[in-house]
Order: sequence, then structure tokens, then C-alpha cells
Amino acid sequence: MLKEGNIRIPSGCAISGIIDKSGAVFSGQIIADSIATMHDRSNGLGGGFAAYGIYPDFKEHYAFHMFYDDAKAKQDTEDLLKANFVIAYEEKIPTRKTQSIKNAPLIHRYFVLPKLEVLNASEMNDEDFIVKFIFNVNKNIDGAYIFSSGKNMGVFKAVGYPEDVAEFYKLETYNGYMWTAHGRFPTNTPGWWGGAHPFNLLNISVVHNGELSSYDTNRKYLEEFGYSCTLMTDTEVAAYIFDLLLRKHKLPVTLAAKVIASPLWNQVERLSPKERELYYNLKIIYSKALLNGPFSIIVTYDNGFIAINDRIKLRPLTAASQGDMIYVASEESAIRRVCKNPDKVWIPKGGEPVIAEIEQQNISEIYDKKEVTA
Amino acid sequence: MKTIDAQDMHYKDLNEIIKELVKSGEDVINLKNVNGQRYIGDNLNGKTKINIEGTPGNDLAAFMDGLTIEVFGNGQDAIGNTMNDGSIIIHGHVGDVVGYGMRGGTMYIENDAGYRVGIHMKQYKDKIPAIIIGGTPGDFFGEYMAGGCMIVLNLKNKKDIVGEYCGTGMHGGVIYLRGDVEDYKLGKEVIKEDATDDDLKVISKYVKNFSSYFDYDFDKIMNHKFIKLHPAGSRPYEKLYA
Repeated sequence: MLKEGNIRIPSGCAISGIIDKSGAVFSGQIIADSIATMHDRSNGLGGGFAAYGIYPDFKEHYAFHMFYDDAKAKQDTEDLLKANFVIAYEEKIPTRKTQSIKNAPLIHRYFVLPKLEVLNASEMNDEDFIVKFIFNVNKNIDGAYIFSSGKNMGVFKAVGYPEDVAEFYKLETYNGYMWTAHGRFPTNTPGWWGGAHPFNLLNISVVHNGELSSYDTNRKYLEEFGYSCTLMTDTEVAAYIFDLLLRKHKLPVTLAAKVIASPLWNQVERLSPKERELYYNLKIIYSKALLNGPFSIIVTYDNGFIAINDRIKLRPLTAASQGDMIYVASEESAIRRVCKNPDKVWIPKGGEPVIAEIEQQNISEIYDKKEVTA
Repeated sequence: MKTIDAQDMHYKDLNEIIKELVKSGEDVINLKNVNGQRYIGDNLNGKTKINIEGTPGNDLAAFMDGLTIEVFGNGQDAIGNTMNDGSIIIHGHVGDVVGYGMRGGTMYIENDAGYRVGIHMKQYKDKIPAIIIGGTPGDFFGEYMAGGCMIVLNLKNKKDIVGEYCGTGMHGGVIYLRGDVEDYKLGKEVIKEDATDDDLKVISKYVKNFSSYFDYDFDKIMNHKFIKLHPAGSRPYEKLYA
């Protein structure tokens, strides 16, 4: 078989996302069932999930999920980890033997906090410290990738169909308040473990259907802020752009949406003077953070998600709600598979975000409460 | 009449059964628990009526030639792609790229439609495809339209009766809107006029069917101003490669 890069296949991809706005947790089996409905949108070269609320016992620790190509990569990374972090717990991520998931790397997770003396010496806040550490490992240790680094959340991904990936990682044993999933149909870049979606940095994860023609502009822009793109896939930039906009620049998520899917100039002209000034300035300041090309993406962050299309809607996205549950997916059938009769089903317009957030302020508090009552 | 429970059935198996039934001249096929199965009714000809309960997958009725498909639910993307004849009735909304290159038959959509509806529809002699939308369509409605007829009823009186780039590159066919549209939304090839009595006759014919399929009051729908969009010339790009 020709490897990706030597063959071009028309794009498909499937995405799905579910949140319980009350903060109540539910099993990964539900999102696995949803994404499996769209099996024929992907081709077995990548599947993955992001799960929020799954590590209540270590919710204050950064959860590093690692791929290692070999024992040396693991040793080198662990040496570096131990020099910089206090590791509260570490283990091989549990997997089960699955016929269709082959050539798995070594997959480990570590629950860590930066060593105070190292952190203080670095003169950075802990999030910047973590980000720098991640890029250092991904760039400089051959065969080692930190593919998930948030608190009380984790990304699980592999080369395979998403339903097989869920089985491989035993996702039915995890409970989270928010899940996203991706079925990959890679077009221009390799189908490899690190290139599967979601792409994650700290608590932000992205699943994406489409093709970012602005990748190189975005990549160069992000490099100015210290981000390194090491995963050989366009979607990686979307995760870092959201980290930059939400965490570093503190933009509200509604405005971040208008940065990555900026209204066209002729639309800006028709807005009220106040809005016109806002969008005019956003377009100028963040012109290189614009995501161009066809996309539908779901970006998850601390307490919710945003699902959005490119401005002229070259990829599909349907949303639905039932009670506290909000669903988004490439196809309505993927929602109906897990929610037979939603209260409301709608198809958002291009560039118009669907934003769903946990309703109470403090997620960790809600989470504790739910744990008790469950 | 045959009833098939499509629960958890792969589209290939489901469509194989449908194909055999249609070939054998079955008059009605009821599909229950359809969810995401693609390609239903594709490339089939005959007089069979297919009733679908659930959400059929993408490319419903592509290349269909005859048959009537009634969906009791929403449709997804690319319904009626290059359809040649027959009828599609959808009790709900539909996704993007619906009626692409449609060359015959009719499609009735009770609620909204997505982006790129009726792109490059065409007609030849008595083969005049028609799409009737009870709600509103998104951007690129009737882009490169070369023939046929599309009607937007906007029964919920939304602000945007069509999206942007409506009729861009249009060089044939006609679009009727039940209400006015801002000029900036129209392609530069498009002329906007009030509908004439002859136009209203055409509109009435389709709205009658719409009203009976979805149980609306025909007179209430028709008691409204309609406008007509049609291309300025039939060959806007004839000199492009000259």
C-alpha cells in the first residue's frame, strides 16, 4: 500500500462531541457509539477521543499521555520528567488486545506537578512551563510525544477506526462530562499515531474535519509565540491558536470564533459602526490566526466546547440538544444513535459557533458533588 | 408492501434488499429505524414508493430515475444528486449540496435547507427539475443554475430568505421567493422582478403539492408577494474563452 504523501485520497473525516452541561459524567461508550455511526467517513488511518472529567483522583495534576517509539525514548523522557516534575502516579495506559490496532507504541501516563524549585528558577507560570516542556520533548527527544497534557482530562488516539480505538483503550471504563471523537481520513499527511486527532495542549483539544490551507501562515505565526509544530498535520495549529487566544490573550470564546472564522470584508462593511470597528481590528490584529480552507472543528476547553465551520461551510456540522445534553457531529445520524429524540436539531451556519459550557462556575466543585450523588 | 427494519444494518445490505424489491416491482417499501445508511434509492428506476422512518444518510436518491421517497424525519447532505426523475418529500430539514446537478423530478422540503442547494440544476425540454423549500436555504443557493425551478416559501418569516451568493453564475432556470431579497445577496448575473400571473400559475402547482404533503393552508401560503430571480442572459461566459 502506498503511504500517505504518495497517494491522495479525497477527504472525509468524522467528528462528534457531547457535553452534559450539568457536569454529570457519562461513559466513553456513548461517544464511541456515536462516532461509529460514521464509520464510512474514515479509512482506518486514525481515530481518537478527548475525555474531560475522567481523572478526579488526580484532578490538580497535569496528566501527560505519552507515545514512545522505544525504551530509549521512554528512558530519556523519564529522566527529563523526573528532573522537572514531581510524579504523583505513573502507569502504562491500560489497553486491550484488539485485532485491528497494530504497531502500538509504548503508551504511558504520568500525573505530574512542576517541581517548585525548577518552576521558580524558570520564572514562568506553571502553564507556560508545561508548554515549554512539551515542545522540548516533542521536538528534541526522538520517538517521544506528549500528546495529552491537561488536568482531569485525557486524549486517547491511535491508527485505526475510532470504534476500535475506543475498544483498545477501554474507554467504556472512563466517565467524563464532555467527550469528543474523531474518525480520520488523512489526505495530505501521514496516518500515524501522533497525527491522529484530537490534538491537545493543556486543557484544549481539537478534532477537525477538513484541510487548513492556512497551515503554514498559522505555523509561522505561532512560532513567534514559541509554539513548535511537530506532528506533521494541519490540525495541530488549531489547538495552539486556541491556546494562544483563550489562555494567553484571554479572548472570550465568542471572539476567538470570529478570529479563526473571521467575517468576510464585505460582511464587516454591513455591520453596525461599533461591530465594524471590532471586527475590523480583529481581522487586522489576528489575520495570521485565521483558519482558511474547509473545516468543521470541535474545540474543547476547561468547561465546554465550541463547534464551528469555515465561513462558507465546506464541511458538515449538525447540533442537537436534549435537556442538559448538547451534541454536535458531522452527521445527524451520529447524534440520533445516542439520543433518539432530541428536543432540538439544527444545522449551524458557516462561521457561526455552537458554544456549550458547564452551567455552574466551578467545575471541580460540581464534579465532586456529582460524584457523591451518583 | 414490504417493511424492512434497518436497525444497525450496513448500507450495502440494506440497499441490496431495496434494489431487489424495486426490481421485482414492489409498490411500497417501508424502512423503519433508518439511521445514517447512505445511498438509499440511488440509481434506481421504477414506480416504487419508499417510506423512510429515521435519518437517512448522505446521497439519498442520487441518480434516482422514478420512484417516490418520503422521509419522516430530517435529511442529511447531497440528497438527489444528479437525480433524473421521481419525487422526494422530506418532513424536516436537509443538509448541504442538495439537488446538485438535478435534471428532473421534484423535491419538497418542509423546513430549512443547507448551503449550495440546487447548484447547477439543468433542464431539457419537458424535464424540468423543481425544489420547493418551506423554510430557507443557506448561501450559494442556485449557484451556476442552468435550468429548472426552485421555490423558497420562508413560512417562518426569517430575516434572511436566502443566504449570500444566491444565483452566482446563474444562466438558466428560475428561482421564486415568497418575499423580497437584498441585492447584495444576489449574483451579478441575476435579475430580480415581481412574479407575473404566469409565474404564479407555476408556483401554485408546486405549492398545492407542498400544502397537501405537509398539511399547510394553500391560500395562506399564496396570499403573499412572490418575486422571481432569473439570469440576465443565457450564456454569460460565451466570450470568456473566445
